[in-house]
Amino acid sequence: MSERERTGAQVIVDAIEQQGVQYVFGIPGGVAIPIYDALVGRPIKLVLTRHEQGATHMADGFARASGKPGVVIVTSGPGATNTITGLFTAHMDSVPMIVITGQATTDNLGMDAFQEADVYGISMPVVKHSFLVRSIAELPRVLREAFYLSQTGRPGPVLIDVPKDVSTGRIRTDLNEPLQLPGYTVPGPGDPQRIALAAELLQRARRPVLLVGHGVVVSGAQEAVRSLAEKLHLPVVNTLLGKGGFPETHELSLGMVGMHGTAYANKAVSECDLIMSIGSRWDDRITGRIPDFCPGAVKIHVDIDPAEIDKVFPMDCSIVGDARLVVEALAAQVQPGDTESWLTRVARWKRRYPLRYHRGGGLKAQAVIQALYELTAGKAIVVTDVGQHQMWTAQFYRISERFQWISSGGAGTMGFGFPAAIGAQFARPDRQVVAVVGDGGFQMTMYELATAAVHKLPVKVIVMNNRYLGMVRQWQNMFYSNRLSGVDLVGSPDFVRLAQSFGVRAFRIRRTADIRRVLSRALEYNEGPCLIDAVVEKEDNVFPMIPAGASLGEMLLEPPRRASRAEPSGEPAAVPVGTPGGVG
Amino acid sequence: MSAPGAEGANASASASGASVKKHTISLYVHNKPGVLNRTALVFGRRGFNIDSIVASPAHDPSFTHMNIVATGDQRTLEQILKQLNKLVDVVHAVEHTGAGAIERELAMIKLRCPADTRTEVMEVAHTFKCRILDLTENTITVQVTGTSEKLDAFHKLVNKYGVLEMVRTGKVLIARGEEIT
Repeated sequence: MSERERTGAQVIVDAIEQQGVQYVFGIPGGVAIPIYDALVGRPIKLVLTRHEQGATHMADGFARASGKPGVVIVTSGPGATNTITGLFTAHMDSVPMIVITGQATTDNLGMDAFQEADVYGISMPVVKHSFLVRSIAELPRVLREAFYLSQTGRPGPVLIDVPKDVSTGRIRTDLNEPLQLPGYTVPGPGDPQRIALAAELLQRARRPVLLVGHGVVVSGAQEAVRSLAEKLHLPVVNTLLGKGGFPETHELSLGMVGMHGTAYANKAVSECDLIMSIGSRWDDRITGRIPDFCPGAVKIHVDIDPAEIDKVFPMDCSIVGDARLVVEALAAQVQPGDTESWLTRVARWKRRYPLRYHRGGGLKAQAVIQALYELTAGKAIVVTDVGQHQMWTAQFYRISERFQWISSGGAGTMGFGFPAAIGAQFARPDRQVVAVVGDGGFQMTMYELATAAVHKLPVKVIVMNNRYLGMVRQWQNMFYSNRLSGVDLVGSPDFVRLAQSFGVRAFRIRRTADIRRVLSRALEYNEGPCLIDAVVEKEDNVFPMIPAGASLGEMLLEPPRRASRAEPSGEPAAVPVGTPGGVG
Repeated sequence: MSAPGAEGANASASASGASVKKHTISLYVHNKPGVLNRTALVFGRRGFNIDSIVASPAHDPSFTHMNIVATGDQRTLEQILKQLNKLVDVVHAVEHTGAGAIERELAMIKLRCPADTRTEVMEVAHTFKCRILDLTENTITVQVTGTSEKLDAFHKLVNKYGVLEMVRTGKVLIARGEEIT
């Protein structure tokens, strides 16, 4: 771009445009008006949301569905503080996002001026980096740095706080100010010696397992991982956010591991003699009790973030680098392994402990998800909220493609799913986007029905309506003698009528027999958003389950027999998997 | 949000290697607003108490040297160092142990010092190569420099005369020879 005089607000919009961003999400307010004014007549499309949290989750969903940064523009004070949950959510899951917040004029900073909040300070622990632009001279460089930081290395959200005198100031710039980031390095292909060591360890292992995390999806390593797995002929498990890093439909896939993972994935991880994590951070939902996690197994860790290495436990071999580059190098080095007897054992577990649920009684969320999987041929972009429905969707909707699965993992942010699906639909207008949410989480951000309706987005939202905060109820049921506290969602609206009041088409599923008929009609409706109220059984629980703080071997495949409702003790009756006489 | 939390799953991880001691960390950081806040947050979040912190401009004024003395266990420290190095404005953060670095600290100590103990106090101060900064009828203020341990020893020794106030700079250090700090 040529060097010419622009206002700060124009610099912001020009810089966003220069990055190839098509959409910005947000709500204006006093000090953001100059920036919103600069958006008028520009090719960037503004998506006016109903709440700043919704804007951040939309930008997040946009980023997760496209790999490009999502951009949010909000005002100062409450507008800015409302983005904190969205920043935290993106930060925990390494999602590239730029949040531009208006701010009081620089001479009013620290004066408790109207809508002046120390957003720079408030946001610090939940961003990859942040800037408070104190002078317009810094603005072009800061914008470049923000986009660069958000997308490189381990991606993450970056906040830019822009005082009103900066956005209204004037500057001559061509926007190409050099980056000043002497403390920032981006890991590349990884240390060849360590890659060679990893290859040797993999070659020597008799019972190896690959653990595929979000890093595989982020770096685009899915092809490399696939060729590595096929060459070594080893089973692959994935984390919740690793869905899409390796096709769950592949014969070597064991699906999701961890707290609500498949029994056979957890069994394979418990019994392996080598586990290699690619872009996962050994989260407590994956490992269970640390000392009991794969004792004796060789552990290899590939991660782009050096701070993740040896964080949870010491590794036998760690490689800091980009997952795609590292795994490509690794795949080129390894020879086909002899894992036949190991795969035979794994296949036996797969047959013996399939994912299942009791089909009797009322409408089951699992049945709705299974039907969704079949009716969409496993091709929809699936976005979830947080809770029981999230785990069931992770279990029963097998994901085969990068960017096809969007869920709040690290943060576990209820209210994320629906706005994130809106963002995903903006990013991928050609694809069917389905949000699966619970009635609890949906009510935290359901006002964004207006946003979806205004833009006539064909996003589908299935509300798994069990009139409870189901996951907490499940824990209270299992570990607190069914003393239910704060989980009964009385007073919820009629979701069908609610949707209709926003001009959103709505359907309801009450009986198992209705699932396919209603769901097909909803999936065929593409004139705008639609809501499906699935009135599911109130008290279903998610299994398998590894109780928090227990080991993978203590997985429960179904409700513990001894943990009756009258029992005062909170301890779950753990049933070791595969023990003769155990549940199964 | 209301999803149940992670109770105790990681508790054992930090319990291993739990020998709590003082660590000296030096950071070379981009001289930007907020870098001190971000650094302090890393320590606070992992339960490390910062004993002293010194930040001053480096030879190149666009950078700052920071020296931090903090108390905590070795394993957590390693994690903290990685998280400090991860901060965008931190060029490097390293722990310094003993011989590899030259360490200095300065303290100013104000003692109650009537005429009858004055000679004695000044003799002790002289032994520690202190400078007398101020002398009044009832007080004496001395400057002592050296390693933090020397300052501790002096402080302990003069305590019996009645220390009115002590102000310390906190430890600064520089790496020996070709090593960078």
